[in-house]
Amino acid sequence: MTTDTLGGVARRRPWISPHALRRNLVAWIFMLPAAALLVVFLTYPLGLGVWLGFTDARIGRPGMYVGLENFEMLWDDSVFWLSVFNTVLYTTVASLLKFALGFWLALLLNEHLPFKAFFRAIVLLPWVVPTVLSAIAFWWIYDAQFSIISWVLIKWGWIDAPINFLGDVANARASVIAANVWRGIPFVAITLLAGLQTISPSLYEAAALDGATAMQRLRYVTLPLLTPIIAIVMTFSVLFTFTDFQLIYVLTRGGPVNATHLMATLSFQRGISGGQLGEGAAIAVAMIPFLLAAILFSYFGLQRRRWQQGGTDR
Amino acid sequence: MDFTRRDLMRTTAGLAAGAALGGKLLGPTGARAQSDLSFKPEEGASLRVLRWSPFVKGDEEQWLALTKKFSEQTGVQVRVDKESWEDIRPKAAVAANVGSGPDIMLVWFDDPHQYPDKLLDVTDLADYLGGKYGGWYDGMADYARRDGKFIGLPLATIGNAIVYRESWVKEAGWSEFPTDTASFLELLKALQKNGHPGGFTHGHGVGDGNNYAHWLLWSHGGQMVDAGGKVVLDSAETMKSIEYAMELYKTFIPGTESWLDVNNNRAFLAGELSVIANGISAYYTPKNDPAQAELAADIRTCPLPIGPVGQSVELYQVTSAVIFAHTPYPNAAKEYLRFMYEEPQMQSWITASSAYCCQPLKAYENNPIWSSDRNYAPYAKASATLRPNGYAGPLGYASAGVMADYVLVDMYAEAVTGRSSPKEAIERAVKRANRYYSI
Repeated sequence: MTTDTLGGVARRRPWISPHALRRNLVAWIFMLPAAALLVVFLTYPLGLGVWLGFTDARIGRPGMYVGLENFEMLWDDSVFWLSVFNTVLYTTVASLLKFALGFWLALLLNEHLPFKAFFRAIVLLPWVVPTVLSAIAFWWIYDAQFSIISWVLIKWGWIDAPINFLGDVANARASVIAANVWRGIPFVAITLLAGLQTISPSLYEAAALDGATAMQRLRYVTLPLLTPIIAIVMTFSVLFTFTDFQLIYVLTRGGPVNATHLMATLSFQRGISGGQLGEGAAIAVAMIPFLLAAILFSYFGLQRRRWQQGGTDR
Repeated sequence: MDFTRRDLMRTTAGLAAGAALGGKLLGPTGARAQSDLSFKPEEGASLRVLRWSPFVKGDEEQWLALTKKFSEQTGVQVRVDKESWEDIRPKAAVAANVGSGPDIMLVWFDDPHQYPDKLLDVTDLADYLGGKYGGWYDGMADYARRDGKFIGLPLATIGNAIVYRESWVKEAGWSEFPTDTASFLELLKALQKNGHPGGFTHGHGVGDGNNYAHWLLWSHGGQMVDAGGKVVLDSAETMKSIEYAMELYKTFIPGTESWLDVNNNRAFLAGELSVIANGISAYYTPKNDPAQAELAADIRTCPLPIGPVGQSVELYQVTSAVIFAHTPYPNAAKEYLRFMYEEPQMQSWITASSAYCCQPLKAYENNPIWSSDRNYAPYAKASATLRPNGYAGPLGYASAGVMADYVLVDMYAEAVTGRSSPKEAIERAVKRANRYYSI
C-alpha cells in the first residue's frame, strides 16, 4: 500500500480528520430525524405520485407501467385542457389581484395609523379562518337564491333577479377568483409589511432631501429593496393558488359544466372519486412543469441583483 | 380463503349441505330449514365498522343501539365510526388497498366492484338472508354481486321522489300530480307562470345531480351503454331526453346549473320552489319543526313522472355493507351483519330511519314506516324501481368513473344552458364515456 510506504505522516492525515469526522457524524445524527421526515412524508409520496402517473393503477388494484398512455389520453381530453386553462387563468388573475391589493394594503398599514396593531390583526383574519369555513361562507354569499349581495342589490332596486353567481361561466370564474383573492390578500399584505419595516427610514429621509416625490420614493427606494421579499411572497402565492382545491370543491365542484374545474380538483375527481388513480396522478404530475416554471422565474428572474436595483440585463 | 366452511357453526345437523343452495333451490319455504344459520365469532374478536354519517338522527341511534345489543349477546366489541357519505369512497378504497383499517364498511354504488378481490365472499350469508326474507331486490343485488358471488350485502336505497307544494299545484290547475312526463312539463310551465317555479339540479351534486340526469335519460329510453359495455348514448332517445330537459329547464328557477346537493332543499323550504326531486329530507325537516307545521302540511310527495319508456326507472343512491378480506375476524363480522339483517333488528332500523332507507329484502316492505305518513309511500318503492348505475352494462370501474366524472350531468347541463347544441353535448359525452369504457 502506498500509504504504508510513505510512512506515518500520511497515515496521520486521512481525508477527514477524526475531529471533523466526529463533528460531522454528530451533525448527521442531528439531521437524520429531519431528513427521515422529509423522505417519508415528502419525497416518497411525491415519488409515488409521479410513478402512479405512469401506471394504470386503479383504486384497489396496483397498476402496471404504461408509459405515457395517461398523458396521451389527457392530451385528447377536452375537460383536462379546460381545467388547464381554468387553472392558469385563476392563478394569473388571482395572483395579480392579490399582489396589487396586498401591496396597497401593506403600504397603508405601514403608515402611522391609530390602532395600528388592531388593524394589522384584523387584516390577518381571512388567512386565519380555515379555508373550508370561509368557502362555506362564500357559498352562501354566492347562493343562486339566497345571496346577500343579490338581496341587497334587489332591495336597492339595482337588479330585478338574483345574480347567477356560480351558474354562469364568466360569473362563476370571477366569483371563485374573488373568494381566493379575499383569502390570499393577508398573506401578501403582512409579509410585504414585514419587508417594508426592514427598510431604513434614513433612506427615505435622504431621498426626501434630494427632493424625491412620494411616487419616486416608492419607485426608487421601496420597490428595489422590497423585490427579494416580493419574489418569495409571489412565488408562494402562485404556488398556493395554482394548487387550490378546497375553495372550488366547496363552491362548485368544478361546475357549471367544468368551467371552474382546476387541475387539482379534476385530479381528485378522477383519481379518488372516479377511482382512476393513475389518471388522477397524471393530472397532478402535469401540474409540476407549471409550478417549476413559477419557481424558476422567481429565482432566476426576480432575485437578480441587477433587476432589484432597477437596472436591466445587458 | 375458505373461512366460511371452517368455522361455520350449524346447530342443526344435516343442513350443512350448504346454505348457498337452500335459498335458490328451495325458495322461501326451504329457507325456514336454515333459519338458524350463525357464525361463531373468533376468540377475542373485536370489530371496526365505518359507516356514512346518518341523514337522520334516528338511523344512527338505532344502528348503535343494535350494535350494542350485538356486543352484549356475543361479547364482540364493535366500534362504529362515521364519515361524510362522499368521503366513504376514498376511505374504503384506501382500506382495500392498504389491507388494514375497518373490518366492515357501508359503501356506495359500484364501490364493491372496484376491488372485488379485497372483499370477503358472503354468498352463504346473502343466500341465507335472501331465502329467509323474500329475496333481495334485483337492482340492489347487482351492486353487491359479482360473477354470481355476493361480495357485500345490499343494505338500503336512499329513495328520491317528487316533493311539491300541494296548494300551488292545485292553484296551477292540477288536482293530482301528473304521472307522465308530457303533462309534467305542462304543470311546470303553469307553475312558472304563477311565480312558483320548480327546480332540478343541473350542477355537480353527487346525489341530486345524478338522480335527475339519469331519470331524464332512462325515462326516455336512452342508456349509456349496452349489455356488453359498448357506449350507445348517441341515440334518438337520448336526443329526445335532452330536448325534453331543455323545455323543462326553461321553467326552472334560475341558477340550477350551479346547484349542489343542498341547494334545492334550501330554496324549497324557503318557499322559493314549488317542485323538486329529493330524498325525504325536504319533508323531514319541516315535519319535525313545529314552526314549519304549515309548510309541512302543504308538502306532498309522489314518484317521478313516467316517460315514454312506460315504467318507473331511477338511479337512487344504493349502499351496501362489505367485509374486507383483510379482517382477522371474518366470522365475527359475518355474525354481526347476520344479526343486523335479521327481522327484529333490520325492521327496527328501517323504522328508525324515517323513510330515508328503503329495505333491501322484499319481506321488509311491509314495514309500518311506509304507511305511517302519506308522504313516505313513494319512497317505499325505491328498491324495487331502481336501476343500477351504467345500465345495461357491467358494474365496475368504468361505470363508477363515468358517474364520478359527471358525464351525464354535464351533458344535460351543457345543452340546457346553451353552451353547446344537443348534438355536440351528446358527442362530447360519448367521447368522455368512451375514455372509461373503451379500455
